[in-house]
Amino acid sequence: MNQLYIQDVTLRDGMHAIGHQYSPDQVRTIAGALDRAGVDAIEVSHGDGLGGSSVVYGHGAATDEAWIAAAAEVVENAKLTTLLLPGIGRIEDLRRAHALGVRSVRVATHCTEADVAAQHISWARENGMDVAGFLMMSHLNTPGELAAQAALMESYGAHCVYVTDSGGRLTMDDMGERVRAYRDVLAPQTQIGVHAHENLSLAVANSVTAVENGAYRIDASLAGQGAGAGNCPIEAFVAVANLMGWSHNADLFALQDAAEELVRPLQRRPVRVDRETLTLGYAGVYSSFLLHAERAAQRYDLDVRSILIELGRRRMVGGQEDMIIDVALDLVRAREEAA
Amino acid sequence: MTKAVAIIGSGNIATDLMLKIKRLSGELYVAAMAGIDPDSDGLARARRMGVATTHKGVEGLADLPGFADVTVVFDATSAGAHRANYEVVRAHGAAIVDMTPAAIGPYVVPAVNIDAHTDADNVNMVTCGGQATVPIVSAISEVTAVDYGEIVASIASRSAGPGTRANIDEFTETTSRAIEQVGGAAHGKAVIVLNPADPPVVMRNTVFCLVREADEEAIRASVERRVEEVRAYVPGYRLKQDVQFDPVRHDHVPALGGPFTGTRVSVFLEVNGAGHYLPEFAGNLDIMTSAALRTGELMAARRSEGSHA
Repeated sequence: MNQLYIQDVTLRDGMHAIGHQYSPDQVRTIAGALDRAGVDAIEVSHGDGLGGSSVVYGHGAATDEAWIAAAAEVVENAKLTTLLLPGIGRIEDLRRAHALGVRSVRVATHCTEADVAAQHISWARENGMDVAGFLMMSHLNTPGELAAQAALMESYGAHCVYVTDSGGRLTMDDMGERVRAYRDVLAPQTQIGVHAHENLSLAVANSVTAVENGAYRIDASLAGQGAGAGNCPIEAFVAVANLMGWSHNADLFALQDAAEELVRPLQRRPVRVDRETLTLGYAGVYSSFLLHAERAAQRYDLDVRSILIELGRRRMVGGQEDMIIDVALDLVRAREEAA
Repeated sequence: MTKAVAIIGSGNIATDLMLKIKRLSGELYVAAMAGIDPDSDGLARARRMGVATTHKGVEGLADLPGFADVTVVFDATSAGAHRANYEVVRAHGAAIVDMTPAAIGPYVVPAVNIDAHTDADNVNMVTCGGQATVPIVSAISEVTAVDYGEIVASIASRSAGPGTRANIDEFTETTSRAIEQVGGAAHGKAVIVLNPADPPVVMRNTVFCLVREADEEAIRASVERRVEEVRAYVPGYRLKQDVQFDPVRHDHVPALGGPFTGTRVSVFLEVNGAGHYLPEFAGNLDIMTSAALRTGELMAARRSEGSHA
């Protein structure tokens, strides 16, 4: 029977859905509920990882340290974990998170750039942390090449490597191929993780497919709180896992209560598959671009979809949120020239 | 009369710099190049161009004929090697232009602060992202106080060598410090993104500044003037969009430790390389060698003035 490791991302990827505006009190309340509901790990940081607070990605309502400290006060059983994107966050930021009690980290790179994570993964290992590699925008690399990048992260010391579907663009076949490609090249003791987005309405299906092909760590969030159309909704995934007869430590009803009572009321823009978020998945665009693209569309009087499609065409990667305004200005110029 | 310079290093940056000096500089000539790999393409090219070479590093350089005339040395090696290179060059009485992240000497961005440092015996060229963006932060600082300056540099994966990849924290930390120390922002932040798209993307840089007082005409004029000043030594540098001004009201900005109400100034830049040795998309490498060349010319000129005095 499959044993699963469920990592909640409500307090990290979920930051994107509300412009990184959780208060430390909200983080404390939600982290406490998740801990009592039996999730294995709780990820806390700005949506773009440690040090993500910025003009380009959005200023947080608090510092990473304040959010992490609030969660650390109440988490008793789950592993407190965080995210770091080299190029945005630094080892110095990880050192501070570690000092606050964080004992697990995911180091994220674009799906072709694993080698920029070598120093950060090594540092985490040397300091006794659980560490995973997180290969973002996995749809932009072939299964074989992606697995080669996963092997690099394993060689730097990662205990686990994820297929990270940041654009919510993978179909189930795409997901299955990538997980199997990982299994073919990674050592048996190296774990495989899955991080899904709901843009094509496939987050639960893709997570189930990943487990069926050998994934052990599953990312999910309360009410699907996350970038774009959100992540794999934890209540739905746990319900399916129960029906499939998979073993895990989470309590379905407790998660349902937390989703409805604590998280859904905080959503400003509904987190769901709709015209805009479906376009993210369809065009293969980084889900975190959503709110930024909606703001740019409003500011420059454009259709959000035209911005998203152009970003996908230009093959912009995670972290290039500045190019959303650049694309909008180019579209405005094209409109003026056509007039 | 042209002045003799030497280059330590024989990799992409060193070779591009050598070609730039040969093709563009009316003031300098490369008397010597030192590498550590006898089979490197850079040293082979140098020999073909009639430049004295050694594969014995900085020690070999000091023994080369013609080194006695050298007044400025460019260091395109690594932070670890720079300290020893500096010792040898200083003992020889020459100045060193440091293109590594070592940063023993002051940060120099030619369009901003070269005049203050032509007498130094060691100057540091910050980072490619710093060379592209600090001039803009500085141009805005000259008009109004910049409470916060942030830059995002995106470069083609193929133009990011192993040194950059293994030291990505150094890029963000050094660039952030230069945004403050040279650009004049009260707080600096830098982000770098690698994009693997094929065909490779041209280097892009975006500068965001938070300012309380925004005289839009004055800021726009200052930025446009500064872009022209950088273009004088980096021809592929250009403003990609009109300068954007947006009113902002933040309840909390963590870097500032409190709320902020004012204007966000956004400047979108593009840097095409000249294609001397490195491909045109590698504007990040071109702006580094171009800035170093400009700096070396001014320092060599200053040193030759000194010798006449």
